[in-house]
Amino acid sequence: MKVMGASTFRLGEHIIEWILRVCSSLSVLTTIGIIAVLSIESVLFFQEVSLSQMLLDTEWTPLFLDKHFGIWPLVAGTLLTSAIALSFSVPAGLIIAIYVSEYAEEGTRKVLKPVLELLAGIPTIVYGYFALLFITPMLQFIFPEMGSFNALSAGIAMGIMILPMMASLSEDAIYTVPRSLREGAYALGASKLQMICGAVIPGAVGGITAAIILSAARAVGETMIVAIAAGQQPLLHLNPLQPVETMTAYIVQVSLGDTPHGTLEYHTLFAVAMLLFLLTMALNVISLAIRERSKRMYR
Amino acid sequence: MEATTISDPRSHTSRAWAPAKKRPLLARPVTERIFLLLARGIISLALLTLVALIADVAMDGMERLTWNFFVNFPSRKAENAGILAAWTGSLWLLLLTIMIALPIGVGAAVYLEEYGRRSFGTKVIEVCIANLAGVPSVIYGILGLQVFVRALSFERSLLSGALTLALLVLPIIIMASREALRTVPKGYREGALALGATKWQTTWTQVLPVAIPGIATGCILAFSRAIGETAPLITLGALTYVAQVPDSVFSPFTALPIQAFNWLSRPQPEFHTNAAAAITVLLAFMIMLNIVAILIRNRYQKRQR
Repeated sequence: MKVMGASTFRLGEHIIEWILRVCSSLSVLTTIGIIAVLSIESVLFFQEVSLSQMLLDTEWTPLFLDKHFGIWPLVAGTLLTSAIALSFSVPAGLIIAIYVSEYAEEGTRKVLKPVLELLAGIPTIVYGYFALLFITPMLQFIFPEMGSFNALSAGIAMGIMILPMMASLSEDAIYTVPRSLREGAYALGASKLQMICGAVIPGAVGGITAAIILSAARAVGETMIVAIAAGQQPLLHLNPLQPVETMTAYIVQVSLGDTPHGTLEYHTLFAVAMLLFLLTMALNVISLAIRERSKRMYR
Repeated sequence: MEATTISDPRSHTSRAWAPAKKRPLLARPVTERIFLLLARGIISLALLTLVALIADVAMDGMERLTWNFFVNFPSRKAENAGILAAWTGSLWLLLLTIMIALPIGVGAAVYLEEYGRRSFGTKVIEVCIANLAGVPSVIYGILGLQVFVRALSFERSLLSGALTLALLVLPIIIMASREALRTVPKGYREGALALGATKWQTTWTQVLPVAIPGIATGCILAFSRAIGETAPLITLGALTYVAQVPDSVFSPFTALPIQAFNWLSRPQPEFHTNAAAAITVLLAFMIMLNIVAILIRNRYQKRQR
């Protein structure tokens, strides 16, 4: 180690600490940036379109000549695809998590974990391709009247995408349940499955809820699958066999067309993004709060 | 395996103790058997899906995966179209994103783990990072559009794309690096400090070298996510016809996932074949990155023991 003068030495240390501090405050800056960008442009949108126009209309046609700004078709599309995705990725993820943490042997676990990680790392455009050109043709055997763009296949692909996250987050939650709880259940004469249903799942319920909410946030924010396979048509219905448009797919649709900067159509982009941001943010905050609370439970 | 799990000694004892008639449905080994069958079924289905996903895309795209596909620019005719602009763009994006996000992310992690005192400021930073990790990627695209493309007028260049992707992966890198730094035993730091090293000397010469494998694993996974991202780049407005290999950070660009999306959104099936081929290339690259990450982790875990 080279010995340097004491005063210059301190200065260097301070400079480094400041550089590192700037690095870490960048995340605060990003957060502020997102909120600022979305707020400024949304305000411009709401100067021209009132909130009641958005909430009381049932048609969303800002890109047409006859403009309507009812947000419900986009909300319904988002909820429908997310609900389809969650309706099977949540139970399946939970079962996988229980199996992996309570039943699987070390060997199975060693294979399963990287596979789940790989599934989680696959780009969403691949799932979009899979939904459009694999799941939809398969589903058309069952529902011959179904078109090539529909909410169901997009929802299924999204569920497959979410599954690894749901499974690994619930497994983390199950892992934190202390051994004493399990042994207590066994001591009371419970069988293994009774022990799981009576002690492990109630013990991990906070973490599992957090996992479900986080999966929901992921589903709401998912973009490419729905943009490719759900058909970008803002129709207000809850029929999974029909095409829908989600909030994220609308953002993609506007970005694809060359909408001139500063027009009303351009501002709708930010209003929709603001809604999406608030929705996912709320879900994330709730999920984090639940996770914090359940972590403290066993300390 | 099935037999061993079901004849688990504990479940036998418990069955002997439980009153014969009042035993609820769940107590019966049959339910357990059903559960195990269900669980194995679901897991096999998940594995099968992974295989189907990769096999489907690879088989659809195989016929187009020739040398010409890699050295041609996009074209009106599907069989002449190639991914030269796309793969060079993706490579540039990847390298730029690494160059931007890696030092900042690791720096932030070092600050939070080694320097940060429990203060209101660090608490705010932590909350922001946790929330940013959950923000949908399209929103980052919109941020990039307003800040990098318009306000800083980098236009729809590689630099805008890389900066946007860097912001997107930053929370993941910070969290992975913090995790890696946390595994470094306290004694390393205390030893160095006791010898008179300063805080930074301790971090740079003792802590970081030990944490590097962990940081590398996390970062490779984060960057492999970055090259697969489509939505933020589309929001930036990167979906345009590009027939040039980028030569500077200010070049307009396209990338593999964008090119695949472009081809996928056309009605003709020949272009879908092109999309499948482009996706196969992307997947092959990502799986390679993932394997490298897993290898590094396994090696590191062995050394720890």
